[in-house]
Amino acid sequence: MSNTATQAQPAPRAPGAIAVPKLSVRQIVPWLLFAALLALVGLYFVTAEQGATSLIAGNAVHEWVHDSRHLLGFPCH
Amino acid sequence: MPLSRVEPKGSVVISARDFLIRGLLAGLLAAFAAFAVAYVVGEPPVRAAIALEASGGHSHGAETEAAGEHSDAAEEAPAPGEVEVPRSLQSTVGMLTGMLVAGTVLGGLIGVVSALAMGRFGRLSARSSTLAVTGIGFVTVYAVPFLLYPPNPPAVGSGDTIGIRTALFFVFLAISLIAAMTAVLVGRRAAGRLGGWYASLAAIVGYVVVMLIVMALLPTYNEVPDNFPASVLYDFRRASFLTQFTLWAVLGIVLAEFVGRLSGPTAATAERELADAGA
Ligand SMILES: [Zn+2]
Repeated sequence: MSNTATQAQPAPRAPGAIAVPKLSVRQIVPWLLFAALLALVGLYFVTAEQGATSLIAGNAVHEWVHDSRHLLGFPCH
Repeated sequence: MPLSRVEPKGSVVISARDFLIRGLLAGLLAAFAAFAVAYVVGEPPVRAAIALEASGGHSHGAETEAAGEHSDAAEEAPAPGEVEVPRSLQSTVGMLTGMLVAGTVLGGLIGVVSALAMGRFGRLSARSSTLAVTGIGFVTVYAVPFLLYPPNPPAVGSGDTIGIRTALFFVFLAISLIAAMTAVLVGRRAAGRLGGWYASLAAIVGYVVVMLIVMALLPTYNEVPDNFPASVLYDFRRASFLTQFTLWAVLGIVLAEFVGRLSGPTAATAERELADAGA
């Protein structure tokens, strides 16, 4: 009896509709910061290093990623 | 907002970490596709631009000299301050490296943002909200900046202005991102009163108006040499667009597939029960 009652609970939803899971903001924020930091560092080296700014001496990083920087649409030289 | 996490019995609990890992993987796969497009469609205009630059003698700085060297430079030992990476590597493994790094980290970020968007984009399914996040990302991060500061092939652009051009580009990119995030947040808030459709339209109109004003205010530049062939410039910009479009499209579709599996009916979660209660 109790089983039937529990199964009947999600009835208000449209037939065939599945509830979309939702993650708590508190759980996501640390991962969001980590992913954003990762993206900033990675994209910095592909798009800007040894162009307008330079952390590493020389031109090797710039030249190695040169064509990807151009074709991804970033200012290169 | 459900903040407490109750572990349900016998079901798979999905976490933000799952989204990060799937995003990184989807981005990696997308980067291979983007590289293929960039290599096939993008390298011919890049090669043409470099050849023009070499023949034109329009030299500016070490970078230009580097770009001027052809693939036969592979055999020559590079002089200090000149080319360090031969063109044959720049156009192949070099470009692949750049694409893989950019695609993977971008995918990771889009993956986590998709975790945030899941269940919060009106009544969109997990797959649909993931596609929406990726689509908004492409427009915000690439398509709109493309309109104001279109990409340029080698041989276009003065070394003296690279600092200011890069600064302008990233400032505009940041404004576009902030405007898009604000539009999404305001749209979500307005959805209760206006309904999803009109709230979305209002958010899009708001973003477009803000970006048009910013575009009118920011300075632009044109450093294309007068004798530079228009067809090479067009081919290059089209190739850049196709490369980025491929990157985002493959990322969005693969990630949506992953997220769909992750959030499917078998993955009952504590979060879902709480979301039901809150819906
Ligand atoms: Zn360049």
